[in-house]
Amino acid sequence: MLSWFLLKRLLTLVVTLAVASGVVFAALELLPGSAAQVVLGDTATPESIAALEAKLGLDQPALTRYTRWIGGLLRGETALSISYDTPTAELIAQRLEVTLPLALLAMAITTVAALAFGVYAAAHHNRLGDVGVMAGSQLGMAIPNFWFAILLVLLFAVKLQWFSAGGFPGWREDEGGGVLAALKALLLPALSLAVIQSAMLARVTRSAVLEVMREDFVRTARAKGLTRRAVLWRHVMRNALIPVVTLMGLQFANLVTSAIVVENVFVLPGVGRLVFQAISNRDLVVVRDTVMLLAAAVVLINFLVDVIYAVIDPRLAPAEAS
Amino acid sequence: MSATAPGFWPRALRHPSFLIGALLSALVLAAAALSLVWSPYPPADIDIPNKLAPPSAAHWLGTDSLGRDVASQLLVGSRASILVGVIAVGIGLLAGVALGCLASAQRGWVEELIMRVTDFSIAFPALLTAILLTAIYGPGLLTSMVAIGLAYVPWFARITRGAANAIWVRDYVLAARAAGKGRWRITLDHVLPNIASVLIVQATIQFGTAILAEAALSYLGLGTQPPQPSWGRMLNEAQTQIFQAPQLAIYPGVAIAVAVLGLNLMGDGLRDLLDPKLARQR
Repeated sequence: MLSWFLLKRLLTLVVTLAVASGVVFAALELLPGSAAQVVLGDTATPESIAALEAKLGLDQPALTRYTRWIGGLLRGETALSISYDTPTAELIAQRLEVTLPLALLAMAITTVAALAFGVYAAAHHNRLGDVGVMAGSQLGMAIPNFWFAILLVLLFAVKLQWFSAGGFPGWREDEGGGVLAALKALLLPALSLAVIQSAMLARVTRSAVLEVMREDFVRTARAKGLTRRAVLWRHVMRNALIPVVTLMGLQFANLVTSAIVVENVFVLPGVGRLVFQAISNRDLVVVRDTVMLLAAAVVLINFLVDVIYAVIDPRLAPAEAS
Repeated sequence: MSATAPGFWPRALRHPSFLIGALLSALVLAAAALSLVWSPYPPADIDIPNKLAPPSAAHWLGTDSLGRDVASQLLVGSRASILVGVIAVGIGLLAGVALGCLASAQRGWVEELIMRVTDFSIAFPALLTAILLTAIYGPGLLTSMVAIGLAYVPWFARITRGAANAIWVRDYVLAARAAGKGRWRITLDHVLPNIASVLIVQATIQFGTAILAEAALSYLGLGTQPPQPSWGRMLNEAQTQIFQAPQLAIYPGVAIAVAVLGLNLMGDGLRDLLDPKLARQR
């Protein structure tokens, strides 16, 4: 049953990625006028447009270009960026050194904060602590993450001067950075990404814990003499984790795209800033490959969540497969 | 909706989160309406000698780096947020509900196809769709409204289909079918009125996320374009002056948070008030 589910889910993954790549390709294909015209602007001469079209391979039929693009992506041989003249895979790999740790750090902060607040609120159901956490989470969900980022800059960079207002020193010490310096530069951006996500996750954690606490086996565990705390962590949390893990998957995907905005607040040289600059430079090759990468990341994370789900609770797999 | 019809307002007026949410939302709506007929100054009026002025009787919230009146910009900026919310949710709602109802009424391969398409659409969150569209059509309010709306279509389609499927198995629908009513008549007469409350709640909450998305896009320079004021772009401009005039980075953020908080609270309240199960218990 489980392997049938995995096979079916894997097939869906491949089809989804194929359709997504088709949409990204077709969207840029629908450009009003030629892509070379868009890149070079209205003042370009016909000769320069023709030269760029040849360089980008735009004189080939669409299907050839699509298969070449996908084949290149799969082999890791990507096209040259128009503005950087570097293969996009190389550019993106460099930028992932910032974005990936940023997303992971934000996810770690989200998880710790959300579980702590969510469980605390559930344990203090309908008391002051619960009301406080719920009100705080409403506020957290209403604050735009880039505004929170600006507020953090205002407090920690402008007023207290503990952190710099932006920039990234790099991970290597010989380049003037280092692991500690890099983590320090990522801390405020990760915090601003984590606020809205932990607000949402704390609410889900709270209601999941409350739901499980009403179950009979929890009453049994309490009746056999286990303390409240022991029941909460040993029995309740394990069962409450399923909705929490699902939301975490969706949130990680969200974090990756939200990073586009927050990286711009802190001038971090990540994937988000790359795609943003690519739009300003009209570097469609970079836009295409980055959007494809981010879309693929979202799809892959959702796939992994489904698989983890099926492994945690095999009962869910056949229900999904049927 | 019959379960909620008689006692909605008396209950709504005693529901704290609905009340606070409705008041905050009404405040933003009133600001937008007021800005259509009056604002302290024309929001785009530049007055360089008076730049970065602190709050005063003449300029309630001071002026920005070009001497423009911040209060006027804030007031007129609410229009962009509300416009994006209305259009984006409108696109999502119209297309999503149509697809969801079609899936639910036809079942079979039509339903399967629609659901698989919505599955893959999650690969394109609003921000990615907007980036793709901006790369093609250039930045602008219209592009961002369409992008956010498109990203909402699959969510509304899924919710509609789920809620509609639950209605299709009810006895009164079976009776209507037995009486010879067609699928579309049933959808219009029975399914839509009964799933309306679910859709209203979802639309309210999506309205808030649309405001957040528009603010983010405008902050990046991909949304509302100058000279039209927008809260997101005000924050972008404020960030460049953060050492000289940190107060400029506060007001637009508070405005966004008030609008989104209001809509979220109202959505939560509506969910309590319109949910027939909860309504019967009271």
